[in-house]
Amino acid sequence: MKSLSLKSPYDMSNFAKLLTGKLLLRNEIPLGNFMIDYLLKNNLLQSIQPILNKKFHTECLRCGNQKNNLFAEIPCAICQKTHLYCRKCIEMGRVMKCEPLYEWVGKTPVWLKHENPCTWKGKLTEDQQKAAKQIVQTIHKSGEELLVWAVCGAGKTEMLFPGIIEALKLGKRICITTPRADVVRELKPRIQQAFAGISIEALYGGSTDKDGVGQIIIATTHQLLRFKEAFDMMIIDEIDAFPYHHDSSLPFATKRALKKHGSTIYLTATPREEQYSRIVSKKLPHVFVPKRYHNHPLPVPQLKLCLFLTHHLNKVIFPTTFLTWLRNRENVTRQLLIFLPTINLAEKMYQTFKQQTSEYRTTFVHAEDSKREEKVELFRRKEIDILFTTTILERGVTFPAIDVAVLHAGHDVFDEAALVQIAGRAGRSPQDPTGEVLFFHDGKTEAMVKAIESIQLMNKRGGFK
Amino acid sequence: MSYCLWCASEMITETTWSNLLSLSQPQKLCKTCKGKLQIITGNRCQKCSRESKSKICTDCKYWGKLLKNNDPLEKNYSIYSYNEFMKEVIAKWKYRGDYVLVEIFQTEFIRHFNTYIKNQMKEAIIIPIPLSKERLATRKFNQAQALTSFITQDKINILERVNSEKQAKKSRMERIQSENPFNLLEPINKPVILVDDIYTTGTTLRHVAQILKDNGCPSVYGYTLIRG
Ligand SMILES: [Zn+2]
Ligand SMILES: [Zn+2]
Ligand SMILES: [Zn+2]
Ligand SMILES: [Zn+2]
Repeated sequence: MKSLSLKSPYDMSNFAKLLTGKLLLRNEIPLGNFMIDYLLKNNLLQSIQPILNKKFHTECLRCGNQKNNLFAEIPCAICQKTHLYCRKCIEMGRVMKCEPLYEWVGKTPVWLKHENPCTWKGKLTEDQQKAAKQIVQTIHKSGEELLVWAVCGAGKTEMLFPGIIEALKLGKRICITTPRADVVRELKPRIQQAFAGISIEALYGGSTDKDGVGQIIIATTHQLLRFKEAFDMMIIDEIDAFPYHHDSSLPFATKRALKKHGSTIYLTATPREEQYSRIVSKKLPHVFVPKRYHNHPLPVPQLKLCLFLTHHLNKVIFPTTFLTWLRNRENVTRQLLIFLPTINLAEKMYQTFKQQTSEYRTTFVHAEDSKREEKVELFRRKEIDILFTTTILERGVTFPAIDVAVLHAGHDVFDEAALVQIAGRAGRSPQDPTGEVLFFHDGKTEAMVKAIESIQLMNKRGGFK
Repeated sequence: MSYCLWCASEMITETTWSNLLSLSQPQKLCKTCKGKLQIITGNRCQKCSRESKSKICTDCKYWGKLLKNNDPLEKNYSIYSYNEFMKEVIAKWKYRGDYVLVEIFQTEFIRHFNTYIKNQMKEAIIIPIPLSKERLATRKFNQAQALTSFITQDKINILERVNSEKQAKKSRMERIQSENPFNLLEPINKPVILVDDIYTTGTTLRHVAQILKDNGCPSVYGYTLIRG
């Protein structure tokens, strides 16, 4: 065999950057068929069978699916044979025998080393510095993990900066991932501003960035299904968020997207049992940031008992306790977020509220709302006074001066983590570091009590009484 | 344990006498998902199955005028109407290529065929509407062929589709007048039932019907899953 590097008419380093660390279908490769075949023939690209038939089960190599009901057969009209395909990851394109995945097997590209990559001029608080230092240390150890347990409003994005600087100095590739596209969209401009000279891409369903060639990639965890051993540093934001711990293909994808000796940073304000027990058994190193960056305690929720609340909500009536509170708020200039357990109820209560009073500018959002981004933006710009919402706004969004009310806090969807997150929306800015948080209920639940206890505990650990 | 083909939730199959006696197909959808599919009931156009108060809908009247009452298609029978849920199911089935979703339609596709079509048309031959070679190469299956496989009546593949299926941007007049994308590989002298997944404007079925009739086929009917 002839040596390719001498003969090749093409500059292979461009292809290497484009294809390295990925697992792609043929139609996802942004190259013509001629070029793809050329790379295959020269052993720079390799096709991989995506469906593995193991002894006792079948496994999808792209998403890790092992459930039999999420595989199905297709009589392939082209091969005249029946193939097994994966249904679980089919939204990213179907994988099967004659639709394999492609992987770059040529020379691994080298990422640039940046001596002075940070353009952020702010300063970290003492607590933030402590966490940042541990993150930096983690990067230097092969295969190490670190959980950053930082209360809502601790300023966790900024805490990451020294770690990112260190990684860029060493010429490493970094991924910041979160299960939610809203958060990716919010992070991209902040990270880009802090690292103005670095190639940064944001990947989510429908994003304009698509190639995935940035040295820093900010992506929904779903997008990581297209990566394999791509990153030296993986930062997973909101590790406890619902989709992440609910859908096993997401932890599978994050793990696979990381290089063999890469390091992982988990961020959370509300660790789940799973992380908690790994902390306690000392299997997962952690750093705790109990204080907000503006050095004020977390607002502690107040419980408000409303007899017959469920009954009233069924009839779309606002409880008097709520209305009385609304008229007598400490600070009427604050905006108000009202959380409701279901889309249906949020919409109905919003409609009734709008009919009964014209004092406030109001609207409502939910997960499937096509105008969600717009409405949240209106609220951010203070063109809306009261926003009715489902748990969709429980995390990842920051508004400077709001009060928070949960109507029917006893509902199942409001678990301890959700309630802590919701309470964490209040008092976010140094200008208005407090805010009222009210849980309206018709019977205390364990989740409410635990949420309050954990907030009080964090305040205590933060040095507040 | 069985799982809903659409939402993957677990389904509890009740063992009732009627279940056992009817030897019915196992359920493919959970109750919630099944409830979102809309079978056409009530008044429909006698010609094209569109939900309609008058016997012949405005759509078909328009066709009549356009073709000077010389419509090559006798009639079309459809099972479902096209709602948001159906749109999602079809997108996942056809465009994402989740082949197995065809099983959602199996029971109704057979039942409606046996009830409304079979007896009147024992002699008829079934022809699934083909895809072009290029389209088939990317999809790896033909949705009309998949539906046809549920029916035991005689079938034959004597058509080929030559140019692209993309015609969404053209007006109906442009479409029917545009070059017929189908080729007939051999003539047929028996009545034909064309099978397709969706009847939208009826242009596709009429293109095929015209070519069949020009080559000696006595009559052409359409049997489609959805009236779009
Ligand atoms: Zn898969
Ligand atoms: Zn095949
Ligand atoms: Zn279902
Ligand atoms: Zn009609």
